[in-house]
Amino acid sequence: MISFSNRIALSSILRKEIQRFMRIWVQTLVPPAITISLYFVIFGSLIGSRIGEMGGFDYMSFIVPGLIMMSVITNSYSNVASSFFSAKWQRNVEEMLVAPVPNWVIVAGYVGGGMTRGILVGSIVTLISLLFVDIQIHNIWVIIATVMLTSAVFSLGGLINAIFAGSFDDISIIPTFILTPLTYLGGVFYSITLLPEFWQGVSQINPIVYMVNAFRYGFLGISDVSLTLAFAVILTFIVSLFSIAMILIAKGIGLRS
Amino acid sequence: MQPALAINGLKKIYKGGLVAVKGIDLKVEKGDFFALLGPNGAGKSTTIGVITSLVNKTAGSVKVFGHDIDSELDKAKSFIGLVPQEFNFNQFEAPMKILVNQAGYYGVPRHIALQRAEKYLRQLDLWEKANEPSRNLSGGMKRRLMIARALMHEPKILILDEPTAGVDIELRRHMWDYLRRLNNEGITIILTTHYLEEAEMLCRNIAIIDNGEIIKNTSMKSLLATLHTETIVLDISLNSKSIDLSGFQSRLTDEHTLEIDVDKSQSLNDVFTQLTQQGINVHSMRNKANRLEELFVTLTANNKVQSAGALS
Repeated sequence: MISFSNRIALSSILRKEIQRFMRIWVQTLVPPAITISLYFVIFGSLIGSRIGEMGGFDYMSFIVPGLIMMSVITNSYSNVASSFFSAKWQRNVEEMLVAPVPNWVIVAGYVGGGMTRGILVGSIVTLISLLFVDIQIHNIWVIIATVMLTSAVFSLGGLINAIFAGSFDDISIIPTFILTPLTYLGGVFYSITLLPEFWQGVSQINPIVYMVNAFRYGFLGISDVSLTLAFAVILTFIVSLFSIAMILIAKGIGLRS
Repeated sequence: MQPALAINGLKKIYKGGLVAVKGIDLKVEKGDFFALLGPNGAGKSTTIGVITSLVNKTAGSVKVFGHDIDSELDKAKSFIGLVPQEFNFNQFEAPMKILVNQAGYYGVPRHIALQRAEKYLRQLDLWEKANEPSRNLSGGMKRRLMIARALMHEPKILILDEPTAGVDIELRRHMWDYLRRLNNEGITIILTTHYLEEAEMLCRNIAIIDNGEIIKNTSMKSLLATLHTETIVLDISLNSKSIDLSGFQSRLTDEHTLEIDVDKSQSLNDVFTQLTQQGINVHSMRNKANRLEELFVTLTANNKVQSAGALS
């Protein structure tokens, strides 16, 4: 049971986080909409029409779930990474540290903010994709569960990145050198069954493969991996990253001298 | 009755080996107006950082109204309002939002926080700026915003780290009046400063910290009573080339300015009598420096000599 004062603290952090990305909507909500429209035009309409079918669906329908998931991942991560790092940099994180806010409330507040932005951007991208393709829904609950859990994973990742970051460079290194390659190699644009056996095996250690495939299953009913395994992987990441974030904040890494 | 703040054997060694605080003891009674005075780098901000849990201590204990920060941190935190030395609010947010959020972190419901925010913004002359981005505020306004923020959960202790740094004289005096008012309402106030006048004007008790150690901890009255000598500066018109003041140390710094060291046991009447006998007119008189400043310089200088002695 969450105490009354903790509920107020949590809603304060969440409200602040949502107001932050809404205040700078030109930086936070518009770019993913433009990027994704370009993907649809180039990979869907121009090149996609020459590719033919993928996994039994036309290429455009195949990549839509992956593209939505890509924007959810990027936005959840970057929201928490930049917001929490800015709070550290401007030192307004101290406002929370001097108050009796439990560490889990700080984590939940920032992760909730990242999830909200991820899901909001995901919804915008979904609406845009309706202009290009008819979206079918195989299982809405799988879609909702996957998008929520995935945005939680990457919000936690963004938070841990921000806790360790010492400069603004540090919050762009991980997205550039790890997150983007993993996403592009995570089966957004292709079915991993197309890969040679060795690379199929390598792809299985990429967590984004499980997220994209579970999400695609929700829309199209097809997946390169087992759904149970996909949710097990996602939940394991959530538990591990949450624990790491809690330990780091409790120790005051990057926060207390 | 529990003291508002009780510190025992507090020690802080930073990574890299810097010993910022060397095992200090400090007690601040409820309702006190207390000054923690010291030169830059003395350990004032580190001590405050530990009390407010922004700095992890190396050893010792801190109790706030009897609640130990090791075992009852949340309870201890709820009693304290902190006004830090540097601006540490989100410069893109408006004062109203900053205040309401801060209250939220302490569990104050939003409808109450909105009323309180208006009250404190009005009291601190910030109401006109309530919804402007706080980066547009002047330096003095930003300091007052941090005072308002620290009051949002109605703390019992207000800790101010160099609150009037960079604030002009008129505003400083307004701030002093406001702090006196808060103290009269029952809030215990702990202030760090290196403006000695500020400590002398406001505080009842004082601890002087230097090089991580408390070198004096007493009431302001008894501290000032230990002053034996004051230097008086006289603006004079001089008829002869020299002045002979028997019983006093004196020196002419230029042909119109005379400095005289007057011991507590001596009378200023003697000075004027001797000057009148020599036909010297006195046009004006002032203290050379703030009395506390002289004492402070003496105390910290003594401490340096002792530290050097201990090392050698």
